[in-house]
Amino acid sequence: MLQRIRYAPPRYWLVVVAIVLFIGLPTVISSFQTSEWSQAIILAIAIMGLNILVGYSGQLSLGHGAFMALGAYTSAILVHRYKMDFLVTIPIAGLITGIIGFLFGVPALRLSPLYLALATFALAVVTPSLIKRPAELTGGVQGISLPPAVPPQFAKDAFAAVTGAPMTSDQWIYYVTLACAFILFWLAWNLVRHRAGRAMRAIRDGEVAAAASGVNIAGYKTLAFGISALYAGVAGSLFGLAVGFVSPDTFPVALSIQLLVGAVIGGLASIPGPLIGGIFAYFLPIESNQWVPTQTWIPSQIAATVEKAGPAVTYGVILILIMIFSPNGIVGLVATAYTRLRRRLRGAGERESGQAPPDPQTV
Amino acid sequence: MQEFLQQVISGIATGGIFASLALALVLIYNAMGLVNFAQGEMAMLATFVAFTLIDHGMNYWIALPVTLVIAFAGGIAIQRIVIRPVEHAPILTLVIVTLGLATLVNGLAGFIFGYVPRSFPSPFSVQTVNLLGAYVSYRDLGVIGVSAVVLLAIYLLLQRTTLGLTLRAAAHHPEASRLLGVHVSWMLALGWGLASAAGAVSGIMAAPILLLEPNMMQTIIIYAFAAAVLGGIESPLGAVVGGVIVGVTVNLAGTYLPFVGGDLQLAVALAIIVAVLVLKPNGLFGRPSVRRV
Repeated sequence: MLQRIRYAPPRYWLVVVAIVLFIGLPTVISSFQTSEWSQAIILAIAIMGLNILVGYSGQLSLGHGAFMALGAYTSAILVHRYKMDFLVTIPIAGLITGIIGFLFGVPALRLSPLYLALATFALAVVTPSLIKRPAELTGGVQGISLPPAVPPQFAKDAFAAVTGAPMTSDQWIYYVTLACAFILFWLAWNLVRHRAGRAMRAIRDGEVAAAASGVNIAGYKTLAFGISALYAGVAGSLFGLAVGFVSPDTFPVALSIQLLVGAVIGGLASIPGPLIGGIFAYFLPIESNQWVPTQTWIPSQIAATVEKAGPAVTYGVILILIMIFSPNGIVGLVATAYTRLRRRLRGAGERESGQAPPDPQTV
Repeated sequence: MQEFLQQVISGIATGGIFASLALALVLIYNAMGLVNFAQGEMAMLATFVAFTLIDHGMNYWIALPVTLVIAFAGGIAIQRIVIRPVEHAPILTLVIVTLGLATLVNGLAGFIFGYVPRSFPSPFSVQTVNLLGAYVSYRDLGVIGVSAVVLLAIYLLLQRTTLGLTLRAAAHHPEASRLLGVHVSWMLALGWGLASAAGAVSGIMAAPILLLEPNMMQTIIIYAFAAAVLGGIESPLGAVVGGVIVGVTVNLAGTYLPFVGGDLQLAVALAIIVAVLVLKPNGLFGRPSVRRV
């Protein structure tokens, strides 16, 4: 065990540092900021789901907001009508959304990537009006309010022992979200390194070649859809808990776009990408909105318009620029910079040969 | 019966709006195998241009062609600046870029013109005329007429002129066209310009009915998707027929199916898209695509 820890690659230490930072975060920031961070992490979970579908299996979905809505409403209805404990409803919401997503993946098999994008986009646009229809179940336009989550005794005691302050509901939700995110990211990391992940990537890079090698195309494509929807369902469920209510307008098309922006900013087909993407996609509009009103030189009328139009403009510009200049997102940029740095630090002899030395791990 | 006929005619009028936008989608699909998710937003921006011109006292019938020229130039500019750098990228990248473009244009329109819905002038009155026993408004007839003229103009341009021939050649056989001296890249830009102009017509026709605001085309684009898919996405004629069918179906479903009503009409469009894609992916007029392995 000690041997293994001593020889662990540096990126494992990076993961440990990140986890410690995230666990410690609520002890240094306010309860309100904690709730903002929970929402960023929730976005990251949904983006991870989208990443498995888009980044690893090569199917484009523009309607993941619809799956989030399904998860959120499943949890909300179970809590509101059947008085279930919220924690119990999270896996149920994930499973139901996952099954629906799996079923959704079956007709999706027949569609070309372009048609799939088109159909899921239409789904995202229609979602709010679909939710309003079974009004006695979903609460119609008003939506469903949820009681605030009460932290259990052990969590209260532990938190009070560390910070000396009582634990708020927001802080408890943050830790629940963090735990879910940790489990789901760990699962995703294992998924993409093993059989299923390799099969999905093979399909993404060449469907015919993958089929010729004996990969079950239909099976893995629908599986990717199901897993991806499961992540979105869990994220939606947590989203309802964190916001305290769900309504049709909580899940507009803009949410699906926001997820896509997050996936693209962070970097498709990477594990840390969705986390970075979630944090960016959540805080970018908020920070820019908080920054604009503080600038006194901008007339208040313009500031009000910027507040409304700003996120759309920034999202649009970022999507286009990243796709043109760095299709692998932030993670791709960092990876390229790291490789260049290492190459420069190595001797001049290798540079003269004109080609990168073979990576010993792949030979 | 009379109500039925009335609903059908007003369905054809909305169908004309869908058809113009669907035609714009088809033009770009034919040029580069891509569905332009920003088509509706580009049309909305062009409509705002028309609104500004008319608001400054320009006559409607002068403002309309001026707007179309501006939209044409704008479409070319967008292709040159935004699309060209990723022209040969995978389809995933292209779709994400057009989505980014849609978000950007929507935000820009909100930024410049604000989010207050404005009433858009129409040269046709909403008075009704008795036609075969049904009462039809002049506005609906006007929309049908303008859409028909535009669709016919684009059809003639594509099928009966040398430019149209070069455009189609560049889209179908880029390599061979390049060898024959066609500027393929500029033909693609031209395709974007034409599509942008066709979309602008749809926006200008829709604005008096829907009130002009940045999110005006967000539902129209879904109907246009349905129309284009129904028509087989690569056939201009299919887009027109699809547009009319979608317009009439949605109108009739909203009137006669109490479950659908006013707020689930969009879901009808989604149902059409899914049904066509699953049952008959080539639509009504599309050629079956053969994939070479």
